[in-house]
Amino acid sequence: MNFETTIGLEVHIELKTHSKIFSPSPVAYGAEANANTNVIDWGYPGVLPTTNKGVVADGIIAALALHATVEQHTHFDRKNYFYPDNPKAYQITQSDKPIGHDGWVEVDVDGVKKKIGISEMHIEEDAGKNTHERDYSYVDLNRQGTPLIEIVSKPDIASPAEAYAYLEALRQRIQFTGISDVKMEEGSMRVDVNISVRPVGQEKFGTKTELKNLNSFNYVQRGLEYEEKRQQQVLMAGGAVQQETRRFDEKTGETILMRVKAGADDYRYFPEPDLPALNISDEWIKELGDAMPEMPAKRRERYVNELGLTDYDAMVITQTKEMSDFFDATVALKADPKMAANYLQGDVNAYLNDNHVDLQATKLTPANLAGMINLISDGTISSKMAKKVFKAITAGEEPKAFVEAHGLVQLSDPAKLQPIIDDVLDANPQSIEDFNNGKKRAVGYLVGQIMKQTHGQANPQVVNQLLMAALKQ
Amino acid sequence: MANRITREQVQHVAGLAKLEFTDAQLDAFTPQLDDIIGLFETLSEVDTTGVEATSSVSDQLNVMREDVADNWGQSEALLKNAPDAARGFIKVPAIIDESEDNE
Repeated sequence: MNFETTIGLEVHIELKTHSKIFSPSPVAYGAEANANTNVIDWGYPGVLPTTNKGVVADGIIAALALHATVEQHTHFDRKNYFYPDNPKAYQITQSDKPIGHDGWVEVDVDGVKKKIGISEMHIEEDAGKNTHERDYSYVDLNRQGTPLIEIVSKPDIASPAEAYAYLEALRQRIQFTGISDVKMEEGSMRVDVNISVRPVGQEKFGTKTELKNLNSFNYVQRGLEYEEKRQQQVLMAGGAVQQETRRFDEKTGETILMRVKAGADDYRYFPEPDLPALNISDEWIKELGDAMPEMPAKRRERYVNELGLTDYDAMVITQTKEMSDFFDATVALKADPKMAANYLQGDVNAYLNDNHVDLQATKLTPANLAGMINLISDGTISSKMAKKVFKAITAGEEPKAFVEAHGLVQLSDPAKLQPIIDDVLDANPQSIEDFNNGKKRAVGYLVGQIMKQTHGQANPQVVNQLLMAALKQ
Repeated sequence: MANRITREQVQHVAGLAKLEFTDAQLDAFTPQLDDIIGLFETLSEVDTTGVEATSSVSDQLNVMREDVADNWGQSEALLKNAPDAARGFIKVPAIIDESEDNE
């Protein structure tokens, strides 16, 4: 039996606003429990929410970044449920008039391009956080009211690999808008997935299961791969897939039954009476659209077509807006694009990983990286010397001044190199004889001797040229 | 009684609100809720032909505040008002039912 798979993804993205969506309490991390809360966040009787304009703007920006239609007549709705992290006993979200609908992102899986649809996106409030201990649970409402955007995919995703690619495309586009950090490991991007399989040709979707505890894109893909196979096996054995929630076990790579879903959710949505509806003007949408930075796909095109980078280089450079902006600024200072790309992917990324920092938190600047690359390009320093210079620019030093202060100047002047070469040749008649007898290895030895005499500062290319000329005389 | 709401529906709604009612309470609440719904049904007597549906009774639009953070410094007072608190957290009976994902 052949099967087809249908995957749906719900992604929650935490926005980087200063204040909460419906109260002026600060949105900040690492604060003492409940320190960033007020009567509105606690859902006290008689309090009134007010809509944060920044959140609506971010919602419009996200809609534009994901090619969605902005719903200009939008409003909030109440979703009713009881849980201790939800003090009002309802969440203010959006139901029938979400801020954006019918968007898409393009993914590339093994060279095949595909558009994956986004059915809708809502702006809403996050809940508080519970910590469970033996006899009691502890509630921290600092996160209560933190603004979120929920992005719901259309059932267009047909494989776990496509799900991974979709998440990566989504993460990048949102990251480039700057409205969120979109980091799964920090909880600013959260993913809920559901998956069903059906025999090819069957019109009705199969029964879907939901997966929890997917803390990285990699786990999303692995969890889906396991679940896809499990459901196929259930169907092939003549069984029926149950509508249930399963937990992904990171250690075994398996999914484990958490609970069977009984009946549909009953949230009794209704329009939020405490918040006036929104009428988003064409001018506001245009203003936000005009201020939107160039998106990663556009930048990749430019890097490959205009700057001659490989597809792979372009992909790595556009992982974050900070990296891509840094690259653009470095190249604008006349640094060789290929070298700039290599340094960012190699030494810079290694430095960031070793020190667990983001690019913007370092002392590296495009001016200093470009300065160093230009010193390599014009032959002032060798790429070996550049290792030392790189270390200096990570400490914020200016490359030219550093090179001069440490005498790291490459010896490229033939007039200065020639006497040293002559001396080395005079001292090593055996090597000349070896060379004349066809032993190429002798050249390496002689170059080594010259480098030694110049304390490694000789320009290897010039040395090679001069040496070969001398040997052939 | 007009049977606008059944005993089962009352029980279901109570369940959603994490409430448990005795048989006697269900017997009492069902007709009371039925009366309340009946009262609201008065609204359907109004002829709304040609009137556009609305999500709000207010004609206000676009009431928004700027994104400026302001901590009102109320956490201590709020925690004092909580039934129980510990280390800055609200302390509640252990939650075992994790069936809500609240997002």
